[in-house]
Amino acid sequence: MREGFSAIAANRFGLGARPGELAAIADDGRDWLEAQLRAGPPVLSDPQLRSSQETLAQAQKLRQEIRAQRKSAEGATAPGKAGADDAAAAAQALPQFLRPIYLSEVTARLRAAVATERPFIERLTQFWGNHFAVSVDKQLLSGLAGSFEREAIRPHVLGNFSDLLLAVETHAAMLLYLDNHLSVGPHSQAALRLERRAHPRRLGINENLAREILELHTLGVGGGYTQADVTAFAEVITGWSIGGEGGGPFVGGEPGKFLFRPELHEPGAKRVLGTAYADGGYGQGVAVLRDLAGHPSTARFIALKLARHFIADDPPPQAVGRLARAFTGSGGDLPTVYRALIDSREAWVQPLAKYKTPSDYIISGFRGLTLPVEAGQPALTPFGVLGQRVWEPGSPAGWPDRSADWDGASALMKRIEWADALGQRLGNRRDAVQLAPQLLGANLSAATRSAVAHAASAAQAVTLLLAAPEFMRR
Amino acid sequence: MQRREFLNFGTLLAGGALLTSRVAFARADERRARLVLIIMRGALDGLAAVPPHGDRDYAALRGEFALRAPGEAGGALPLDGFFGLHPSLAFLQQCYAARELTVLHALASPYRERSHFDGQDVLENGSPRAHALATGWLNRALAQAPGPSSREAGVALGQNVPLVMRGPAEVTSWSASKLGALDEDTLARITDLYAADPLLSVRLADALAANAIASADGAGSLAALAPDTAVRDTSAAGVSQPARPLKANGARYAQVVRAAAGFLRQEAGPRVAMFDTTGWDTHANEGAAQGQLAGRLSALDSGLATLKQELGPVWSDTAVLLVTEFGRTAAINGTRGTDHGTATVALLVGGAVAGGRVIADWPGLSARALYQGRDLQPTLDLRSVLKGVLQEHLLVPPRELEHTVFPDSRTARPLTGLVRT
Repeated sequence: MREGFSAIAANRFGLGARPGELAAIADDGRDWLEAQLRAGPPVLSDPQLRSSQETLAQAQKLRQEIRAQRKSAEGATAPGKAGADDAAAAAQALPQFLRPIYLSEVTARLRAAVATERPFIERLTQFWGNHFAVSVDKQLLSGLAGSFEREAIRPHVLGNFSDLLLAVETHAAMLLYLDNHLSVGPHSQAALRLERRAHPRRLGINENLAREILELHTLGVGGGYTQADVTAFAEVITGWSIGGEGGGPFVGGEPGKFLFRPELHEPGAKRVLGTAYADGGYGQGVAVLRDLAGHPSTARFIALKLARHFIADDPPPQAVGRLARAFTGSGGDLPTVYRALIDSREAWVQPLAKYKTPSDYIISGFRGLTLPVEAGQPALTPFGVLGQRVWEPGSPAGWPDRSADWDGASALMKRIEWADALGQRLGNRRDAVQLAPQLLGANLSAATRSAVAHAASAAQAVTLLLAAPEFMRR
Repeated sequence: MQRREFLNFGTLLAGGALLTSRVAFARADERRARLVLIIMRGALDGLAAVPPHGDRDYAALRGEFALRAPGEAGGALPLDGFFGLHPSLAFLQQCYAARELTVLHALASPYRERSHFDGQDVLENGSPRAHALATGWLNRALAQAPGPSSREAGVALGQNVPLVMRGPAEVTSWSASKLGALDEDTLARITDLYAADPLLSVRLADALAANAIASADGAGSLAALAPDTAVRDTSAAGVSQPARPLKANGARYAQVVRAAAGFLRQEAGPRVAMFDTTGWDTHANEGAAQGQLAGRLSALDSGLATLKQELGPVWSDTAVLLVTEFGRTAAINGTRGTDHGTATVALLVGGAVAGGRVIADWPGLSARALYQGRDLQPTLDLRSVLKGVLQEHLLVPPRELEHTVFPDSRTARPLTGLVRT
C-alpha cells in the first residue's frame, strides 16, 4: 500500500514521475505533497515574457494603425493595388505580433511543468487556469492567455479563493474574453449622453461575464441563481473595463490596464441572490464577488471539481463534502482545501482512476523521458496533434475533465503515434526497461514489464512504455 | 398568431406504422439512408440565420442589425415571403429552391435555462434534463436502427466522440494524422498489451476499423486528407488543425466535410457521421448582412456545398441536420451582439429531404409574445424533428424512439414527412 503511494503522488497529484522522483518520495507521498504547499506561490519569471498590459497596449496601437491603413486604402479614389496590399499587410500585423508571444508563453509553461520539483503546485496552477479559462481562439487572447495565468492565477494558487476570483475578474484578459469591457449601464451617464444626441446610439449591458462568473467560476450551474440575478450582476459590473480600449465612451485611461469607468456604470442599488448592494461604484462589484466566493454553492462546486480532478470522474460524495467543509471552514483558504484533498483516503485507493488528458500525457512523457523543450512551435506542436492546444479550450467552461471526453479512438491513435515518433527519435538513448519501474512504480503491470523487456528495439521499448495502459492513466 | 405551415404530426396507428416501416425498410436498404449531424456549439442566432423579415416587430427589435427583405440592398435571400435566409447562405438557398432544404423555426430542445454547457448536454443526451444520461440519442438510435451495418455504425469527425454519439452502438472517431503510421509489429504488440484492458482494446479496434475504412477510400478524399493537407500547423496564417474547435473557417470545413463524405460514400462504411462547429456565441459585434456571424455562416454554407459535391450520388440518400443548443435574445444587446436566449432554428438539408419549406408555428416577436420578455418563444420541440428524421430516414422503430432514444418525450410527437420515403 505504502509503495503505491509514491506512484499516486507523482502521477496523479504531480505531473508524472521523472526518473528518480519515486525514489525521492520514498514511502510518504503525503509528506512530499504537503512540503510543496509550504513554499511561496509558483511564480514563473522569465525576462523574455511581457506583461498583459504591455502586450495589450501594443496591440491597441497596432489595431489603430490597421484601421488607419484600411481607411486610407478605402479612401483612395481609384483604389490602387498598393493601398490594398498595405491594408492586407496591416491585417497580418496583429497576428504576427501576437503569435510569438503565445509561443514564448507556451514554451515557458511547458518548461516549468517539465522541470518543476513542485509538480503538485504546477498541476494546481493548470487546474485553476482551466477553471478560469480563456481561449486563444479569440484573437487578442493569444497574446494574453499566458500572462493572464502568470499575473492572475499563479500569485493566488496558494492563497485565498476570494483573492484569486477578484484577480481573475479584474484582469484585462478575462474582461476582454467575456466582453465586459464594453458593457454599459443603460442609465449610466455615458448611455444617457449618447441617447440625447442627434443620432442616438443605444448602449447597454452584455451579460456574458456575469453569467459565466455565476455558472462557471463560483456557484455552478445548479447553484441557485436566476436570469434576474444574471442581469442584475451584469449591471453591477458595468464599468469594469480596460484603459485606452477604443473610441466613444471607452476612451482614456492607462492603455491595457484594468479601469473602472464610472461614467459607464449603471447607477443605483442592485439585488443579487437576495442581497441588496448599495451603489458604491467599483466596490459594488467587489462586494458581490466576495459574497459569491463565500457562498455554500461555490464551496460545493469547487470541491466537486477538485475531487473530480484528483479522485475520480464521479467522485464519492463524502469526499466532496469534506472538501467543501474545508473550503467553507477556512474561509476559502486554498492550502487548507488541498490538505483535505491529500488527506482524503479516496484519493489513494484506486491508483489509475483518471484517464490522462492529452496535456497530462504529453507533460508526463516529457518528464518521464527527460526530453528537452525546444522553444517556439515545437513546444506547441504535440498539444495540437494530440488534441489539446494550450489555452484553447474553445469555451469559457475550459477543458472537460472526464475520461469519456478524451478517450476517443482517434485520440488514442494519436497518442500511440506520438509515442512511436518519440521512440524513433530517441532510439537507444533511453532505456525503457530501466525507466519503466521508475516512472510507473507500483502501477507497472507484469504485461507492460514483459512487453518492454521483449521489445524488438530500444526505440520500440520506449513506444511500448508510453503506450502502456498504466501510462495512459494517472 | 401567424401560422406558417401546418405542423405535420403523424397520427400513426400501430399497424400502419409497422406496415410503413416494413415497406420503407426494403427501400432504405437499397438506398442506404445516410445522416450527417452538425452541432453548432455556442447557440446560433436563429433570427439572424433565418430572419422573419415579414414580422412587423422584427425590424424594431433588431434595429440597424435587422436584415432587410429580399431584393433590398444587403437583403435576405428569399424563402417563403415571410422568412428569408441570411445573405451568406447562398448554397442553402439553392437547396431550398431545389426542395432539398427544410427550415424549422421557433424550435427549442426541452432545456429552458441559458447555460451553454447544460443546454448542449440536453441537446445531446436526449432526455429533458442535463446530465441525466451518459449516452447520446444518436448512438441509442443507431443501436435500434435496422439493417446491416459495418462494425462502426457511426463516425465522429474529430479525435473524440461527443456525447450525442456515445453509447451502446459501436462508433468510432477519425481525424487525419500528421504522424507516420506505425509498423505492423509495434501495432501488434500494443494490441496484445491492451488485450486485458476493456477500454483501450475497444478503442484501438475502433481506430483500426476507421483507418481501414479510410484507406479503402483509396484515391478518394480521405486519402487526400492524410497526412499533410490536414494538419499543417501554420496557425499564424490561420490554417488550423483538426484538434481545434471547428470555428467557421472555409479551409477547415472543407477538410472535415471531405472526411465525412469519404466515410459515407463507402458501401461498407458507417451510415452516420457527425461533427461539431463552434464560434456561434455572438455576444458582441455580431454584425448583420456582413460581419462576424456572416463570415461564419458563409464558411458553413460553402462547407455544405463541398459536402454535396464530395458525396456525389450519395447526396440523394443523405439528410444533413444542423442543430444548436438554444437561440439568442430577440433584441440586440448593449455591445451590438445578442445574449443567450431560447428558441432558434434547425436546418434539414440534403437530397433525401422533402424540402422547400419553412415549418414554423410562428409565435411572433411582439413584447407580449416573447419568452420571458426577451427570447423567441419556442413552439416546436426539437425532439419532434429528431424523432421524425430517425423514424422515417433511419427507420428507428417508433417504440424505441419513445422509450430508449428520447425518454420522457411523450409531448414531443414525431414530425413526419421531413424526408422523402
